[in-house]
Amino acid sequence: MSNIKYILGSFDDPDDMMHGIDKLKENDISIYDVFTPMPIHGIEEKLGYKRSRLPIVAFLFGITGTFTAFTMIFYMLVYDWPMNIGGKPAFAAPDFIPIMFELTVLFCSYGMAFTFFFRNHLFPGRAPRVMDLRATDDRFVIAIDAHTNPYPEKINDLLKEAGAIEVKHNERKYISYE
Amino acid sequence: MGTHSHQTHNFSAQFDFSGKPKTWSLIAMVIGVIAVLYGFLLDPSEFHGERTFANLLLMGYYFTCVCAAGAFFLAIQYVAQAGWSAGLLRIPQAFSKVLPIASVILVLICAAGLFFHHNVIEDGKQVEVPFLYKHWATHGLADPQSEHYDPIIAAKSAFLNIPFFLGRLVIFLAIYSILAAMLVKFSENEDLNGGLSNYKKSFTYSTIFLVLFGFTTPVWAFDVVMSLEAHWFSTMFGWYNFAAMWVSGLCAMTVIIILMKRAGYLTWINQNHLHDLGKLIFAFSIFWTYVWFAQFLLIWYANMSEETVYFYKRWEPEFKPWFWLNIVINFVAPVLLLMSRDSKRKESSLLFVAILLLLGHWLDYYIMIMPGTVGAEGRGFGITEIGIAIGFVGLFTFLVLNALSKTSLVPKNHPFLDESLHHQI
Repeated sequence: MSNIKYILGSFDDPDDMMHGIDKLKENDISIYDVFTPMPIHGIEEKLGYKRSRLPIVAFLFGITGTFTAFTMIFYMLVYDWPMNIGGKPAFAAPDFIPIMFELTVLFCSYGMAFTFFFRNHLFPGRAPRVMDLRATDDRFVIAIDAHTNPYPEKINDLLKEAGAIEVKHNERKYISYE
Repeated sequence: MGTHSHQTHNFSAQFDFSGKPKTWSLIAMVIGVIAVLYGFLLDPSEFHGERTFANLLLMGYYFTCVCAAGAFFLAIQYVAQAGWSAGLLRIPQAFSKVLPIASVILVLICAAGLFFHHNVIEDGKQVEVPFLYKHWATHGLADPQSEHYDPIIAAKSAFLNIPFFLGRLVIFLAIYSILAAMLVKFSENEDLNGGLSNYKKSFTYSTIFLVLFGFTTPVWAFDVVMSLEAHWFSTMFGWYNFAAMWVSGLCAMTVIIILMKRAGYLTWINQNHLHDLGKLIFAFSIFWTYVWFAQFLLIWYANMSEETVYFYKRWEPEFKPWFWLNIVINFVAPVLLLMSRDSKRKESSLLFVAILLLLGHWLDYYIMIMPGTVGAEGRGFGITEIGIAIGFVGLFTFLVLNALSKTSLVPKNHPFLDESLHHQI
């Protein structure tokens, strides 16, 4: 057994790639990931991906923002330093709503963006992790984990049969540090 | 890309308007007529005439707004060059075809409300007032010699007088109806001739429509609804009404699409299209609340008596529960029920929310119209309200389904039709 870590099949046509996914699935070969330069409709369903959990993050950050705003205004205007503004009660709930709304949106958008960056390892100074450089250009790449699928020749044949123009056997996962 | 099921659709199928929908919409119209007759002739209440007129105005306005929202939807899709909606454009086109009829009905209701008078006792004196718009259309309000002279109304009389009022209404509704009819015509020509020329013309006329519609709908709302309480004014009112119109128009479209799908039509409309409609309903319910709240907050905060009178009237015990119910139905319900992706994609939950919001916007208009007409003492919810609402729903259903049955259910030469068939989100 070699020290191949990942098998990458490059396609120049998305339809061929979709066909390749079908072929691999028919032969019970699990797909590690698929990289494409553009979004492809229906690929998530085909690969059986679960929906992103980003909306849950958005909700949690949003509700944090709401409570932060409420606590802040309540502390300032009701608890610490109540003021008579236009004869309104100190706890003038309708006035709170615009600020609560704004902080909800602020926390939610920033929280979502930073969570997304964090999960995708996109932060300053970090080299992007890419398995095949041309997957961001003009190639549609299927990546297969060579350890869980120990028949590289069979996978080679399947990918070639489906129309792969190049099959790579990579000994390391990411190539972008080079 | 080999991922879509290539189902074949019958694009030449036409809607067959017969059987139950036809019977029930005709029965609903009869109920409406009976309710109007009951309201005018049999209702023992002191306010029966005014109450019937107020309900006719409410439903006439609601009906016209929903049809105008259909035309607005069409125009937006053309201007945005949207692809997803190409397969469902026949439904807003049917609304557009009904718009002229709805406009005539609304103008007739307003004109009749201004023309017919009744006597009321005001401050111990008998005053002859029109059934609708008594706050500015009562004779003598603008005349310094008259005992009814009202300087505030007199200052507004250059704008709020009967000929100019009716003239504006007729001109606005005629503009909307004519431009909407042209958009429908282009689409039908496109069916016959193909090519891009009709689509390009639709784009041009849609931009004209949107500009005119955007500037005139606030004035339309000021006239028909806000002037019921002519001493009060709010610049937010136009957008508030626009939001209500747009949400209720989207809901009416969604209801018709889902029910037609259930009857076996519109096979090319799938959950992705419903998801988009659900998103629009959700988003514009939030927008409605935003405008509602912006109007409320500023008036509440500034606390000037000439402005707060609007909410003072709506916080009288007869209206207060309805006032808050309005927010619960039109804001809390869509937020909780339509937030998740699944509930927007599921026919049954989307249908439920759409119907709920249609009822909710009836209540919204009720809260806008009733305090300025019958007031707290004449407020009611009974045969007149329910019957007239049912009558107009029947009329709307009848006219829209009848319009839908005249052409094929898809604009088959629409340049983006293929995109709509493969819409996926």
